[in-house]
Amino acid sequence: MTINGKYWRIALGLAVIAALIIVPMNFNRYGLYILSQWAVMTIAAMGLNLTLGYAGQVSLAQGAFVGIGAYAAAIMTTQGMPLIAALGVAIVLCFAIGWILGYPALRVQHHYLAFVTLAFSTLAFLVFRNEDWLTKGIYGISGIPRPNVLGFATNRPLPFYYFCLGSLAIVSLAMWWLIRSPWGRAFVALRENPVRALSLGIDTRRYTLMAFAIGSALGGVAGALYAPLTQYIDPVPFNLSLSLDLLMMVIVGGSGFFFGPFLGAMIAVLLPEWLRFTQGYYLMLYAIAVMLLLIYSPTGILGILDRYLAERRTKAASALRAVTKSRLETAP
Amino acid sequence: MKSGFFAGLLLATVSAAAAFAQGAPIKLADVAELSGGGATVGNNWKNGIDLAIEEINAKGGVLGRKLEVTHADSQSNPGVARAQVQKALDNEPYVLLGPGYSGSVKVTSPLAAEAGIAQIMGGEAAELTQGGNKFLFRTSFGQQSSMPKVAKYINDELKAKSVAVVWVNNDFGKGGRDVITKEFAKYNIKVAADLSTEAGQADFAADVSKIKAAAPDAVFIYLNEEESARILKELKRQAVTVPLMGETTLVGQKVVELAGDAANGARGHVGLTTDAPVDLVKAFREKFVKKYNYVPDHNGLKGYLAIYMIKATTDKMGKVDSKAFADTLHGLTIKAANEPGILMDVTFDEKGDIDRQGFLVEIVEGKQVVKQVLPKLN
Amino acid sequence: MSNLLDLLVAGLATGAIYALVAVGFTLLWQTSQTINFAQGEFVMLPAFLMLAVMHAGAPFWLAIILGILLSLLLLGLGFKLLLVDPMLRHGVLPLAIATMALAIGIKEAVKQFFSAEASPFPSIVPAGDVSILGRVVSLQSLGVLALAIAVVIGLTMLLNRTSIGHQMQATAQNPTVARIIGVPVERMILLTFLINAFLVALASLLITPIYLAKFSSGEVLGQAAFIAAIVGGFNQVRGAIAGGLLIGVVDNLAAAYVSTQYRAAVPMVLLIVIILFRPQGLLGRPEERTV
Repeated sequence: MTINGKYWRIALGLAVIAALIIVPMNFNRYGLYILSQWAVMTIAAMGLNLTLGYAGQVSLAQGAFVGIGAYAAAIMTTQGMPLIAALGVAIVLCFAIGWILGYPALRVQHHYLAFVTLAFSTLAFLVFRNEDWLTKGIYGISGIPRPNVLGFATNRPLPFYYFCLGSLAIVSLAMWWLIRSPWGRAFVALRENPVRALSLGIDTRRYTLMAFAIGSALGGVAGALYAPLTQYIDPVPFNLSLSLDLLMMVIVGGSGFFFGPFLGAMIAVLLPEWLRFTQGYYLMLYAIAVMLLLIYSPTGILGILDRYLAERRTKAASALRAVTKSRLETAP
Repeated sequence: MKSGFFAGLLLATVSAAAAFAQGAPIKLADVAELSGGGATVGNNWKNGIDLAIEEINAKGGVLGRKLEVTHADSQSNPGVARAQVQKALDNEPYVLLGPGYSGSVKVTSPLAAEAGIAQIMGGEAAELTQGGNKFLFRTSFGQQSSMPKVAKYINDELKAKSVAVVWVNNDFGKGGRDVITKEFAKYNIKVAADLSTEAGQADFAADVSKIKAAAPDAVFIYLNEEESARILKELKRQAVTVPLMGETTLVGQKVVELAGDAANGARGHVGLTTDAPVDLVKAFREKFVKKYNYVPDHNGLKGYLAIYMIKATTDKMGKVDSKAFADTLHGLTIKAANEPGILMDVTFDEKGDIDRQGFLVEIVEGKQVVKQVLPKLN
Repeated sequence: MSNLLDLLVAGLATGAIYALVAVGFTLLWQTSQTINFAQGEFVMLPAFLMLAVMHAGAPFWLAIILGILLSLLLLGLGFKLLLVDPMLRHGVLPLAIATMALAIGIKEAVKQFFSAEASPFPSIVPAGDVSILGRVVSLQSLGVLALAIAVVIGLTMLLNRTSIGHQMQATAQNPTVARIIGVPVERMILLTFLINAFLVALASLLITPIYLAKFSSGEVLGQAAFIAAIVGGFNQVRGAIAGGLLIGVVDNLAAAYVSTQYRAAVPMVLLIVIILFRPQGLLGRPEERTV
């Protein structure tokens, strides 16, 4: 049963990956753009999922970190530097800022990180907007080039989509590894039972901080991909509402589930597109859909699946118990 | 005989196809700020477009074909605007309409140019038409044409030597502020205070007290309607009596309605206004109010004009030809006498910039009074 | 110096608006751990309900009464029964996210069914100015300030002097114990939601003539009020009032003496400093419950 399930899961995963590679081949430019956007937002949401789902901390600044990454990429690549260098700068910068923000906040009290990040979000937006010499202010930076990867230009929509998808794959693998590493197990231990984790000798504050900083760095990665995707950035998309959107993605997908961000980003990016035929009503319907989903399953989409599987398992277990019991009873 | 029959059939099919093409609607695509921070801009623009299309279709359309428009929401976000424009272009529209925010125009105009489709937009930032894009057209004065007129008036008529500049910190306000500051430098006018404000700001006490402290000869106000009304009230409360000068928004009917008698004495240059002393504009305003139950701002006019620009250009070509559209509109003069929908005579230059008459107005006892008509240049 | 006094008065007037909105935040948080990200939209909506009633031909006074009743029904009872109750036991965060979606829904509905334009709104306070100690102050601002003070006094009296108030406090401090000693906890929680709905309707009535009725006017308000609540103390009504007034004043002083471009930054820095040195907020008490 379990082995069977495992094969099924691998087969399903391979099918989804194959579909992500093959199906978009004859998509128009618009479809590819939306899918690329999905991949980028998934990376940002995965970072937040690490902070929220695994370390149990609310960050209201993930959008600001995406902004920092996007500006790093925009400024550096328009100066002729390669995107990979910008990516490195984005990661280091976001990690460091995350650490500096988280350190005092977590020292004071466990859940105050949310408020500090809320303030940081506004501060970051103001810096993006006001420091003209660096960010070109409200006019934004245009003409952001798309990178060459292994000698292939990604100017066309399809190669750039594969570039985003490839980046998503690399981030996913790294995340998969991280969660299974001793660090990742410490993160989970933190979430499940902080007191016990502490008594086991885990430095909870340090691990929480680490999770937040890594999560923020992933926001930076997403930003460094967002800039060449839109090829123009200004400060407005990186205000608080992006942070709130990302938080919504994580919760709606199912926080603490590995695949939660994938589904959450899909809902946030694709659902409004599917609803656009309703014209002026589409955002209203989107809001209602999110509310209904959360009322039905506050643990998100994967929460529904989880509940269903758990029910099946209990049923199977009780059936097994019943069989054993009847055997015992019929036994002479 | 047989071949004759086939030739006849072929001819019939071809002419049927031609007749069908004749009757098929002309597809237009609009991408605008229907939600988010620019929703007022985008919805006015959209309503103007819908009104013009309704009128044109009621009179039989353009060259006998109806106009059909799809509206897409950019959520006031350049990234979304880009996606929606991409989607619109994938459907091969005749002409692309919008967006209204200059940032969104900047990110979408290369796409339209690449597809070879003309884009008629609402952005006013100076730089938009200066990059050599052959497919981009304005519906209103760019800041590079309106601000020099304002600066000239402040220098010649107000004789001001120092001016406080209040602007809203978005691409519209910042753009205007940057252009007018440059113009002031030409006249050796000093910027006594340079005050950035936030969109949606409610409390202007601090800004006005800074203006008072700077003691300028005049104040230049470049804000959206609601904020204009609030700062006018605050200027009155703190008894600032120097001349107040603005561009389009400051002296709009909406501001007068919201600010009451605090608006008296405010002056401004106006390119497009529903208060223009032009009969066709007054008629437009009545039609708009009748359909939508509110008085549009200049964005409503821009959307309306965009459609009549398309009609006039297409009539001129005598055919619906997406590729030749931009070439035809460059250098075209549209006279209101021939095409009443264009409201005022207008000429488009090679960059897609606009030449049209403008007005210098002052609010006197709650009414816009035109002090000076600035004629069309050519 | 006279300049500074002007700024203080103006800051207090704006701060009183934030304070009124922030009070509701703290009430909902205390009794039911609800973080309402739609609070700003809750203030925006009643004005539109009143305008809708007026458009149907009713006089202003009737519109006010109906508007308040409708907001008690929608933003009090409806909000509690349809959104909060089903989600409350699943923790703070999913509910907070659901209120974000609610905020989007309310904004879009108003835009779609009413208008994207700002509409003027009649004022119950005459729209004049008065001179106090040589300063010109608008009557509308004074009205808001007076109401904010009345709300604090009223709520404090209700909470401290009446038996319902004592029951509400017991509910807020420890629902389990409250239930054991016979407090109808559910009814008390519902009561706070109704009080919040009443307060936002009042705030809407006073603020809208100044802010104008516009679908997006709740965004700025909601965020400012949220920050005011954190600064003042999330678990005290008087904390919210103090936080609101402080943010209003600090914002004005920042614009005058720091930089207009960075005026929004100063309250944020204040927020960070307060969290580091007094995490429960200026007037809040330390949280016993974990969030």
